[in-house]
Amino acid sequence: MTTTATPPAAGPEHTPEPDDAPERAAPPGRARVALRRFAGNANAVVGATVLLLLFLLAAAGPYLTPWNHTDIDYTALREAPSADHWWGTTRIGQDVFAQVLHGLRKSLLIGLLVALFATVLASVVGACAGYFGGWTDRVLTFFIDLLLVFPTFLIIAIVSPRLRDTGWLALVGLLAVFGWMITARVVRSMARSLKERDFVRAAELMGVHPLRIVFRHILPNVSSFLIVDATIAVGAGVMSETSLSYFGFGVRPPDVSLGTLIADGSDAALTYPWMFFFAAGLLVLFVLAVNFLGDGLRDALDPTSGRAPGRKRRRARRKGKRA
Amino acid sequence: MKKPLRFIQRIASLPVLAYLTKRLGYYVVLLAVAVFVSYVLSSLALSPRGYFEGRQPPPPADSVEAQLTALGINDHTPVLDRFGAWFSHAVRGDLGRTIDSGSVGEEFGRRIGVSLRLLLAGTVLGTAAGILAGAWGALRQYRFSDRAVTFFAFLLLSTPTFLLAVLLKVGAMKVNQSAGTEIISFTGEKTPGLTGSAGTLLGDRAVHLLLPTLSIALGTAAAYSRYQRGTMLDVLGSDFLRTARAKGLTHRRAVLTHGLRTALVPMSTFFAYGFLALFTGAAFTEKIFGWHGMGSWFIDSIGKSDVNSVVAVNVFAAVMVLLSGFLADVLHAALDPRVRTS
Amino acid sequence: MSAPVTDAPRTTAPPVLDIRDLRVDFDGPDGPVPAVRGVDLALRRGEVLGLVGESGSGKSTVALAAMGLLPRTARVQGSVRAAGEELLGADERALARIRGRGIAMVFQDPLSALTPVHRVGDQIAEAVRVHQDVSRAHARRRAVELLDLVGIPEPGRRADAYPHEFSGGMRQRAVIAMAIANAPDVLLADEPTTALDVTVQAQVLDVLRTAQRETGAALLLVSHDLGVIAGMADRVAVMYAGRVVESAPATELFAAPRMPYTVGLLGAVPRPDTADRPLTPIPGAPPELRLLPPGCAFAPRCPLADDGCAVAEPALTGTGDHLAACLRPPAADPATLFPVPDHTPAREAVPREELPSVLRVRGLARTFPVRKGGVFRRRVGSVYAVDGVDLDIRRGETLGLVGESGSGKSTTLMEILRLAAPEAGTVDLLGRSTSELTKRQAHALRGSVQIVFQDPMASLDPRMPIGDIVAEPLRAQGASRAAAARRTPELLRLVGLEAAHAGRFPHEFSGGQRQRVGIARALAVRPELLVLDEPVSALDVSVQAGVLNLLRRLKDELGLAYLFVSHDLAVVRHIADRVSVMYLGRTVETGPVEEVFARPRHPYTRALLSAVPVPDPARERNRERILLAGDPPSPVLREPGCRFRGRCPVYAGLAAAERARCAEERPEQRAFGPDRTAACHFAERVSAPTPTAATP
Repeated sequence: MTTTATPPAAGPEHTPEPDDAPERAAPPGRARVALRRFAGNANAVVGATVLLLLFLLAAAGPYLTPWNHTDIDYTALREAPSADHWWGTTRIGQDVFAQVLHGLRKSLLIGLLVALFATVLASVVGACAGYFGGWTDRVLTFFIDLLLVFPTFLIIAIVSPRLRDTGWLALVGLLAVFGWMITARVVRSMARSLKERDFVRAAELMGVHPLRIVFRHILPNVSSFLIVDATIAVGAGVMSETSLSYFGFGVRPPDVSLGTLIADGSDAALTYPWMFFFAAGLLVLFVLAVNFLGDGLRDALDPTSGRAPGRKRRRARRKGKRA
Repeated sequence: MKKPLRFIQRIASLPVLAYLTKRLGYYVVLLAVAVFVSYVLSSLALSPRGYFEGRQPPPPADSVEAQLTALGINDHTPVLDRFGAWFSHAVRGDLGRTIDSGSVGEEFGRRIGVSLRLLLAGTVLGTAAGILAGAWGALRQYRFSDRAVTFFAFLLLSTPTFLLAVLLKVGAMKVNQSAGTEIISFTGEKTPGLTGSAGTLLGDRAVHLLLPTLSIALGTAAAYSRYQRGTMLDVLGSDFLRTARAKGLTHRRAVLTHGLRTALVPMSTFFAYGFLALFTGAAFTEKIFGWHGMGSWFIDSIGKSDVNSVVAVNVFAAVMVLLSGFLADVLHAALDPRVRTS
Repeated sequence: MSAPVTDAPRTTAPPVLDIRDLRVDFDGPDGPVPAVRGVDLALRRGEVLGLVGESGSGKSTVALAAMGLLPRTARVQGSVRAAGEELLGADERALARIRGRGIAMVFQDPLSALTPVHRVGDQIAEAVRVHQDVSRAHARRRAVELLDLVGIPEPGRRADAYPHEFSGGMRQRAVIAMAIANAPDVLLADEPTTALDVTVQAQVLDVLRTAQRETGAALLLVSHDLGVIAGMADRVAVMYAGRVVESAPATELFAAPRMPYTVGLLGAVPRPDTADRPLTPIPGAPPELRLLPPGCAFAPRCPLADDGCAVAEPALTGTGDHLAACLRPPAADPATLFPVPDHTPAREAVPREELPSVLRVRGLARTFPVRKGGVFRRRVGSVYAVDGVDLDIRRGETLGLVGESGSGKSTTLMEILRLAAPEAGTVDLLGRSTSELTKRQAHALRGSVQIVFQDPMASLDPRMPIGDIVAEPLRAQGASRAAAARRTPELLRLVGLEAAHAGRFPHEFSGGQRQRVGIARALAVRPELLVLDEPVSALDVSVQAGVLNLLRRLKDELGLAYLFVSHDLAVVRHIADRVSVMYLGRTVETGPVEEVFARPRHPYTRALLSAVPVPDPARERNRERILLAGDPPSPVLREPGCRFRGRCPVYAGLAAAERARCAEERPEQRAFGPDRTAACHFAERVSAPTPTAATP
């Protein structure tokens, strides 16, 4: 063996052992293996690149154009894209480029925050329900089921007008509160099966504190699922936000998001296409990139995703069976 | 495991019934809590008083008061009392009156029919297409056709329903514009005032159904194709498929008789959640294509601060979720013998 | 039941399966990885060829390649001819015609080999109808016949069952029935009994023998278990690193191996019939096939290798039937070829009664509710997982706890390790009853009893570096971070790992090394009792020997007591001082290991011992075997009387009045000499095994 896992010569009965040959002693760290698998996935790389560019665009937006999203150019109403207004103007003379970038920034921010809050909530609730079981599990599961029974979108639509004053942060909270349940269910079932795993049992038998087990053993071992899920949740968050905003339940004027822009521009889609298609295109592009990235991450992080050749051949042989 | 089958069957009947009863009990509790919370939420969040007061010309104050009280949505009554009054009627099947003094129950019946007509074709078509596309993609994993299916599925999944509907509408407008006549009608269920033979009327309805069905079917198909591809890939690597081939089945036949059936089992869970997503998704579709189903009723009711209608739709949605969860269980049991006996 | 002692006549008839220069590569992320590197095998009608090797040697790949069932990432070269037809490169349709009819296969894992959503009978009938133009009803009748042939009771009714309603042994029988449905010329069996219990293994091997005899097929038996091969095979081929390194008639291979690897393998495997011989592990690890050096693949591990071995790969040559791929075939006794670990069992002369007790368990019981339903789960009965277990361990002693799956071994362990009041009975650890411990005392006592798990991959958190893993029990016992960090290198060295490895993650180690990490973790808090739950059953033979020797050394150095749980009686014989046998949650026999193995008192112990294959063809084929009927009954039904009587060979020979006693009266432990008990009413009628007796 010429790899870094080469065992030391340590006495006559030191006998490292053969595993399945092709995958034995894979010394490159888990992260590097994941990175290589990720880099080998064209969709994922494209997705990540596009996302990066979109974030850069959103961040750099205000510096790229002299126009602010609220500025009105009375000399240019419903004007097609030009050197002055790169993506044209709206019917009251607002610069579409400035507006779309502002909307993009808002939508991205909302999507990211929603994904962050929802994932944290889901992982803690799911891991606790799954690991502790018993009444903790029953209460938390009832709560999850209850939230699932509510038509999420509808509740947000009712509540959000009341929160008009608190602005888009309230929207983030609402979307997060109603967007974590399915993830929590998955985490719960993963935690339940992790609980049966020997390394968790070993920690219990050593007397490690239960909460420490949750944070040291359970959560790290569902982390790859959480990363993937959070990625996709960003896309879902943006879709929810734009949908709500389209119907006037989300971001409200004078603030803009991709949803409100699409709503404003959709009637003019045929006559003044620039008012509609730039916002719509960026929205689809963004969510598509997120989904590709999530899919690629899943392939790279989840060892069971089956992209590695010959994997099916390698069934762990269990000579002994548990009583 | 080795207990005689007949024995299992004999003991199965009673416990299964008991199980179903308990499950139903859990659902009733969930439903009750859900109804209560939606009632309180809508009552507190919506302002029917504002709706009446905002009318032109402004009605006299005591008339507004009387209207609100008659509808049971007067915000001067404590919300718990309002809920109690509403609930005592609701359990007897009376869901109250809409803000325009119509019967919620009647409106409900009308809307459900519209929603059903809208959803049925799209759901069935989308599910079938999605399962076929997913299975096909799995069989041709990483080839061009699989990549193409995957790309389109992702593209559709990345397009919010409202945007898909708007895009379809824009496309239809373009077609109509270039044809100079309305080939694709997309507003409402039928052309108002159209007369003619049954065939003409049916055809008119079918044309109106085209775009909404597409917008529902495409999204559904995209989601199911991803799920199906995943479960199918799991099955394709399974030992039992290898066993089937080892006894002399060709790969194709082994996949058809052993793989597809097994790959459908985990799908039954997705059907339930799919239904939920569909319901809210349909709200956009209805609104954009001008159908007066449950979804647009809901959005309109919020606009009018019509508490009773909003609550009714919430109850309906909750019942749908629970019902589809229950159906998923039954479907799972029907597809998987392991669930049936354990 | 006996197999021919003489090797099968080597006729000049053409082989029914002829594999020539088979090469298989798998696509890997860094280019192709070879799995099989030029294998020649020929099977003649009626012959049993054993293909032996450790995991990763490519033996299963050979079988799958012969069937054309390798995944698409495999590239196969060479030639595989069956029934005169070339199979490599044939299209799927042509292959499908031959598969099942000319050449059939039995797979390793019976749990996943059957389609879960179709009835067993339908799946067998399908195999019939694929190749024979018969009616549905006829195929169904044939399926029932086949199920009957492989020994499924009530085959007509069982044909309607789904796979999950079958036990593991029954599923494997069903798979065999499917494989012989069209009387194939060649039967490939890939580790057919690896996933099964030893008594069930004996049944299934018997069925396989019957099936082979009925159909006259040639059998290629792929196995890592030298005992199974010794009992079944006429000829044996040994694989190492993707090649056959030795091939010979079975008797000759076991008696006079020529390839040092074979010698090492035979020296590393513990035998159930003797414990005198020390185990000699093979040093080093098998090479990574992707980076194979020129020359003999075994040379880096071979004590006889010289410069000549590193030049070119030796060809498989020899005289007559015995071929070996070795330039320096050993002449000497195998025992002297590999270094024998210098281990002097420092058995104390102190009489057992005077040693302090470490663990004392009496009448332990544990039931689990059987629940059904999703949300509101209801109790529908109880599983009597443990129902009367007695254990006794004194300082410096190793107690082997043996039993098959479902016997309650693991539950017993968990009940002991819970350090709380048991449901019934008593657990005394280091002289303190667990039912009287406060929470704080229990936490402190956790340091005195530690566990090593079966699967070293599963028992180490994949997200933690091994330094943290080893330090975790120290931290849990309140040691400071610095103190734990100081002790970690010491611990790693103790188990034969390098202290510098502390920063690596479990997946960077091989299975044997991982198990060493698990042992280091258990030793971190200086326990007095180590509970070893099947510690070597997931390891390959040559590695297993190293870990067993490590455990023996640690016990002597640190004065530990072991509770060693295993289903492998040969390993128990090798490592344990005393043994305790469990059946369906009850202790049925206890005693010093030599005595119990030499003269079992309980009929179950007797059957269990007779079912263990011995890696020695001469003994294995002339041994008396007791085949137990059926599977253990469900632990949900708690009947009065003896739980074993349904399968008991002694019970079968009893008079009606005596049977009534077995049925009604629960047998209690009876003493048979010092420290020796058995729970059987008729223990006196259990005959002593006669290892060399003729087959009945």
